[in-house]
Amino acid sequence: MTQPIIEFKNVAMQYGDTTVLKSIDLEIEQGKFYTLLGSSGSGKTTILRLMAGFLTPTSGDIYFKGQRINDVPPEKRQINTVFQNYALFPNMNVFENVSFGMVLKGKSKSDIKAKVSEMLALVKLSGYEDREISELSGGQQQRVAIARALANEPEVLVLDEPLSALDYKLRKTMQYELRDIQQRLGITFVFVTHDQEEALAMSDWIFVMHDGKILQNGTPVDIYDEPINHYVAEFIGESNIVPGVMRKDYVVSFAGKEFENVDAGMRPNEPVEVVLRPEDLDLVDEADGKLSVTIDDESFRGDYYEITAHDDDQNPWQIQATNSATIGKRYGLYFDPEDIHIMRLNESEEDFDARLEHYDEEEETADD
Amino acid sequence: MTKKRTINFSVPYYLWLVLFVIAPVILLIFESFTNLHGQFTLANYKSYFGSGTYLRMTFNSVFFAFIVTLITLAISYPMAFIMSRLKHAQFWLMLVILPTWVNLLLKAYAFIGLFAQKGTINDFLTFVGIGPQQIMFTNGAFMAVAAYLEIPFMIMPIFNSLVEMDQSLVNAARDLGATKWQTVWRVIVPLSMNGVRAGVQAVFIPTLSLFMITRLIGGNRVITLGTAIEEHFMVTQNWGMGSTIGVVLIVAMAITMYVTRDRKGGGKA
Repeated sequence: MTQPIIEFKNVAMQYGDTTVLKSIDLEIEQGKFYTLLGSSGSGKTTILRLMAGFLTPTSGDIYFKGQRINDVPPEKRQINTVFQNYALFPNMNVFENVSFGMVLKGKSKSDIKAKVSEMLALVKLSGYEDREISELSGGQQQRVAIARALANEPEVLVLDEPLSALDYKLRKTMQYELRDIQQRLGITFVFVTHDQEEALAMSDWIFVMHDGKILQNGTPVDIYDEPINHYVAEFIGESNIVPGVMRKDYVVSFAGKEFENVDAGMRPNEPVEVVLRPEDLDLVDEADGKLSVTIDDESFRGDYYEITAHDDDQNPWQIQATNSATIGKRYGLYFDPEDIHIMRLNESEEDFDARLEHYDEEEETADD
Repeated sequence: MTKKRTINFSVPYYLWLVLFVIAPVILLIFESFTNLHGQFTLANYKSYFGSGTYLRMTFNSVFFAFIVTLITLAISYPMAFIMSRLKHAQFWLMLVILPTWVNLLLKAYAFIGLFAQKGTINDFLTFVGIGPQQIMFTNGAFMAVAAYLEIPFMIMPIFNSLVEMDQSLVNAARDLGATKWQTVWRVIVPLSMNGVRAGVQAVFIPTLSLFMITRLIGGNRVITLGTAIEEHFMVTQNWGMGSTIGVVLIVAMAITMYVTRDRKGGGKA
């Protein structure tokens, strides 16, 4: 396995009596797009500041390419930051901002000029060299901030909620562009956001954070399809979470019925939580459904209808449907066995991974 | 409706402006064109610009104000910088502001106690074997006291500009490879220039027109524009000439404001 470019070992961070990070272990590999996803106060920005060198961990070690960098000041790290409020120098124009790092390094004037135009072209701001920062829109300032950080040729670019101040459309555009820039330059991006949609759309690998801990990490598909617990399931997309019991391998009971599913490796009759994504549910005639529900409400969302309903056990259900439904009418709810996701109560990430690996192996041997 | 109300609220302000700013300036300009008998004349300006004494005095006055401003700035900037990074910054600022509540003459008399022939400083100099020195009525004493009096007015705007500065700009500079000193020099100092300009304005003009201090501490050896105005109004009773110097002072003020204006209009965050 290749050496991780950044590695956290048992990193904890405290301010006085407040613990912001509790024993974080993580590995960042070269050339990938990582996202730290969490609500405010989850500690995601603290991790970013530890990487950039603005904070020193209370305990634990941070490694950059195998070298311990706990006490290395930010200016000596090959990591650059795009700040949440852009932090462009208001007394300098675009050229001076982008060239700031290179001027400090004493690069030649022609090199600097070439690099600035290259970077501005990369962020689609060619010809903006002489503009003052105050003349730029929020989106343009964002691009200058990215150009300025990239002009230093960092090995890792860390981005602190860079898109949160932009409007919806611009945010979408910037998501694509950032992803594109990352893939073109092939450097590592560590992106911090509280927006799960953004995280799913952009990342190779997501760390879901809550309360100073990493709850789960994995590819966007893994995290969406197999959330480890209630919090992750709620945080990543809309979910229907109902209590259930795992009768035996591949059979789960909830809402008063038994269903075939694809999970295994749990104790017989173990209480679990069952997750069903609203977009995996189909409304059908009551006779064809696996579960009967009564429609409570629906709202039009442009490309789909968001429908709320309840079953006979009074569990609420959210359904995304392309067709409108009649309020108060009974329908059937249809879903496939693989749409049912099982979460064990209080399962740690290690146990979760171990169990998944275990029954993946079992399945493979069964297939043979 | 709303428009009418805004007009009503602004009346006291305009009244104040007319009564205490515009009217006195007009009176001053009018007075500067009259002689001792109340007749129109250009003689005051002629004698002001024609006499070496007045011009030398003006130059001296500007020169001293310049030096005092420089000393004040040299002391205030590092002080404001350190204060802005202390834990209880507002408390330290309070300590700087407190002396400004004490009457200026009281502070001047306190300095007489320090600087006099048998004052505290000379006692100390005698103790260490240097012997008593003439401190009172020297240019040095005048500049020291003037600088002391003006320091709070320089520290306050600089302190505010440093405190208001976005900490992420400092982080950004470090992030891009600037050492602590490079960050101070390339980011913090340029971004606090607005505070420095405000401080220079708040110190330079009042120093030009300082008067009692010149007599009490400087022993009338330093004649500032302020002292000259006072002499003409109170001693020689030549109001016309006093007003002329007053007009010169106003012009000097305008020039200072122009020189220290914010050149990069809209260059602020």
